[in-house]
Amino acid sequence: MNPVNYLYLSALLFTIGATGVLIRRNAIVVFMCIELMLNACNLAFVTFSRMHGNLDGQIIAFFTMVVAAAEVVVGLAIIVSLFRTRHSASVDDASLMKL
Amino acid sequence: MSPQLAAYTTSTGEAFQFWVLATVAVIGALCTVFMKKSVHSALSLAGTMIVLAVFYLANGAYFLGIVQIVVYTGAIMMLFLFVVMLVGVTAADSLKETIKGQRWLALLCGIGFGVLLFAGIGNASLKEFDGTGRANANGNVEGLASLIFTKYVFAFEITGALLITAAVGAMVLTHRERTERARTQRELSEQRIREGKHVPPLPAPGVYARHNAVDIAGLLPDGTPSELTVSKTLRERGQIRDVSAEALGDLKALEQRAEERLERTAIEPTTFKRSEEASK
Amino acid sequence: MENLIALLIAAPLLGAAVLLTGGRRLDRVGHWIGTLLSAASFVFGLILFADLLGKNAEHRTLIKHLFSWVPVAGFQADATLRLDQLSMTFVLLITGVGSLIHLYSVGYMEHDERRRRFFGYLNLFLAAMLLLVLADNYLLLYVGWEGVGLASYLLIGFWQHKPSAATAAKKAFLVNRVGDMGLSIAIMLMFATYGTFAFGPVLGHATDASEGKLTAIGLMLLLAACGKSAQVPLQSWLGDAMEGPTPVSALIHAATMVTAGVYLIVRSGAVFNAAPDAQLAVTVVGAVTLLFGAIVGCAKDDIKKALAGSTMSQIGYMILAAGLGPIGYVFAIMHLVTHGFFKAGLFLGAGSVMHGMNDEVDMRKYGGLRTYMPVTFVTFGLGYLAIIGFPGLSGFFSKDKIIEAAFAKGGTEGWILGGAALLGAAITAFYMTRVMLMTFFGEKRWQPDENGNEPHPHESPRVMTIPMIVLAVGSVFGGAFFSIGDRFLHWLEPVTGHSEGHSPVSAWTVTGATMVCLVIGVGIAWAQYGRRTVPAVAPRGSLLTRAARRDLLQDDFNHVVLVRGGEHLTRSLVYVDHTLVDGVVNGTAAGFGGLSGRMRRLQNGFARSYAVSMFGGAALLVAATLLMRAV
Repeated sequence: MNPVNYLYLSALLFTIGATGVLIRRNAIVVFMCIELMLNACNLAFVTFSRMHGNLDGQIIAFFTMVVAAAEVVVGLAIIVSLFRTRHSASVDDASLMKL
Repeated sequence: MSPQLAAYTTSTGEAFQFWVLATVAVIGALCTVFMKKSVHSALSLAGTMIVLAVFYLANGAYFLGIVQIVVYTGAIMMLFLFVVMLVGVTAADSLKETIKGQRWLALLCGIGFGVLLFAGIGNASLKEFDGTGRANANGNVEGLASLIFTKYVFAFEITGALLITAAVGAMVLTHRERTERARTQRELSEQRIREGKHVPPLPAPGVYARHNAVDIAGLLPDGTPSELTVSKTLRERGQIRDVSAEALGDLKALEQRAEERLERTAIEPTTFKRSEEASK
Repeated sequence: MENLIALLIAAPLLGAAVLLTGGRRLDRVGHWIGTLLSAASFVFGLILFADLLGKNAEHRTLIKHLFSWVPVAGFQADATLRLDQLSMTFVLLITGVGSLIHLYSVGYMEHDERRRRFFGYLNLFLAAMLLLVLADNYLLLYVGWEGVGLASYLLIGFWQHKPSAATAAKKAFLVNRVGDMGLSIAIMLMFATYGTFAFGPVLGHATDASEGKLTAIGLMLLLAACGKSAQVPLQSWLGDAMEGPTPVSALIHAATMVTAGVYLIVRSGAVFNAAPDAQLAVTVVGAVTLLFGAIVGCAKDDIKKALAGSTMSQIGYMILAAGLGPIGYVFAIMHLVTHGFFKAGLFLGAGSVMHGMNDEVDMRKYGGLRTYMPVTFVTFGLGYLAIIGFPGLSGFFSKDKIIEAAFAKGGTEGWILGGAALLGAAITAFYMTRVMLMTFFGEKRWQPDENGNEPHPHESPRVMTIPMIVLAVGSVFGGAFFSIGDRFLHWLEPVTGHSEGHSPVSAWTVTGATMVCLVIGVGIAWAQYGRRTVPAVAPRGSLLTRAARRDLLQDDFNHVVLVRGGEHLTRSLVYVDHTLVDGVVNGTAAGFGGLSGRMRRLQNGFARSYAVSMFGGAALLVAATLLMRAV
């Protein structure tokens, strides 16, 4: 097997995550799909690290994880406060950005 | 450190592992997207992440593999589950599309994007795989550590600052400033008396022979369920179970059975009829 | 000595500044301040004149560099004054006649509560006019040119409470603007051609430029001269300008400002000499105007308007002479000076008559005034004799020379121009005699006005008669003084140059013909107005008379051609603007509006819709990257 298959898997997972962001309305699930996309990227980074024979790709993946953790914290806080004010976790309910 | 990692192809074992686990990962990802309940989505995602952790390990990223399991699956996903618990099941969980054409557009974009990515990877000349053997010679964690604390030290420090900012930000976002003293029970009851509605405590949820749960509304004398008996949170989530028709249904079934056995028609119970209408 | 040149201008300028900003506390002495400073300027002029006379003819040019006005590389404009024989002549005329008219105005404007302001304007005019004739480059000349335009505007509209005066002022200003455009274009052409607009380089090297360019410059200068000197086709403002106080008409609209066009053409002689086409245009304009003005002058019953027509006609003579080239420059200026004397005298006389007749201007309501105001009669009569060219008086010498010069032009042109000048002389004799007869002879025709105030004609105070007497003396002896021994010719020749033409007829023949014309003109006038009583109400008259009363339809012409044409042009432009321009603009706006209305549906507020756009964009980016790699 060619390790390139890891990249194909990564691309597939990324696409699934992106599609999920587009079709789900529950903010939490949308958020989870974003996490899925991030993880797909991480897989690609790790594969690249193996491909080039150095650890920089893994470092980037590590930083991605840290940033993702920060993002999750803030994102979930936003979802919670959104739910408090609107009693809904639907991203479509927060649709004030229009004329 | 297996020498195969440096080769162009992988061992049969890894290939087998990849094909099995990749299937699991894709199924998990699809479940994440398409499961109706967010709890299920979260669990599917956790599964996918664990599979990914295995892939990290297989690719020689031992530290990342462990971190993936401990931090991502263990901490972040659990955080998700906590929030799901807090927010609960909402109408947003429905998979029915409300924006016209959104689903088709999303599908089109997704397929297009996927095809393009695949084409890109297919076109790239990815023949050489050096493998992580040399890089991991002194141990994966040590290698990562030496990079983090030398080459990427500034990024690392800044990430630390980012984490602190995020923690503070999360607190600020979820913090609710109490602008007045919490009212005591006495004050609340005095207010109730003054307003004159619901002077007694709110009615308890329905307690029946076969049901004893907080999500079941108590029935009024005419047989209609009273929403007041269910807690506000459940009411808002639309999670009220209506059992008002069950007793009548049972009665009807009983009468039918009695009819069959006694071979006679029952007198039409007019009193039941009214309550049936009301329960509709 | 050069510093005195600056003082020439500074004195009246100081007067204008003091009088216009001094406020009411100067009301009692303001007119004397103005007169004094004007006289001071005249005295400076006399000192400078004496200084020039003491020098050789070749060295009679004084240059005074005041300051560098626009010191930009490639565009040098200096405030430099030049005093040579030509400007000296003008300085003496302007300050001399100006001072006399200041003095006259002290009496004439005695009862006007805004007298101080009037003298301020007069001083402003003097300063601007002196700057005009003393400037050493065309740009500075332009400053003076605009300055006299401003003073003229202010003084025509001095009685601005009268709508007619306000309108006349505006009309003069607007018509002058057309001429000013010509001057500014001429200056620009000079700059484009020679890289400078100083007199020395431009006139010294005039022939460096192609004839086409010189013709263009010449025609633009002619346009400027037409505007300022009320020549056809920009003549229409002068008649209305008589709405101003009579001293203004005498000083600005007869003696000095309106002759600025003649000065401009004579000063730019080098340009015109090298551009025969432009010169021809100048002579044509002069000939047409001298007849035009004369005919208008014949029909007017308003004494000032009759004199205004006469002014137009006499300036036509000057322009004609200036257009003849070196043959005529000297005589143009000489006629200008003598005309300055007798026309100022005539206007002052008219003002004196009006002063005695409750500001009545209709000559049909005068008559027999010679016994009531003898000094005015005598001075006016001497001016009259001078203007018609009575032998021995000023006009005889100067006008005769111009007619001779016109014949000396040679060829068919010479005959036509000379004939026109002769005809003009006859008409001049006719209308001036008419004015004289209607005003001072015959029976008295004045009636009490609607308030029952019957005019009591009386002689004007001495402060008014003295200037009239002085000017009358100038009118009588000026021409002879200049002509005997060709004094004026020798004086001006170094500046303007002079050449004798080859006249097909002898000088005596021309003089004889002029005399015959004179006698015919006077005779017809006597037959019409001397022997018969003048009707108090104007008869209907012939078609020509009626047209002449309407200034030969100049205003109608302007109205039909310019105003109507302008209105039509404006209307069609407005139509184009409304349909085409606005259509395009509004159509674009409507298009964008409609497009936006449709596009805004994309902004549905749903984050997921935006996410689709982002995702689609990302897909496009990936596609573009792949395409770029594939190429």
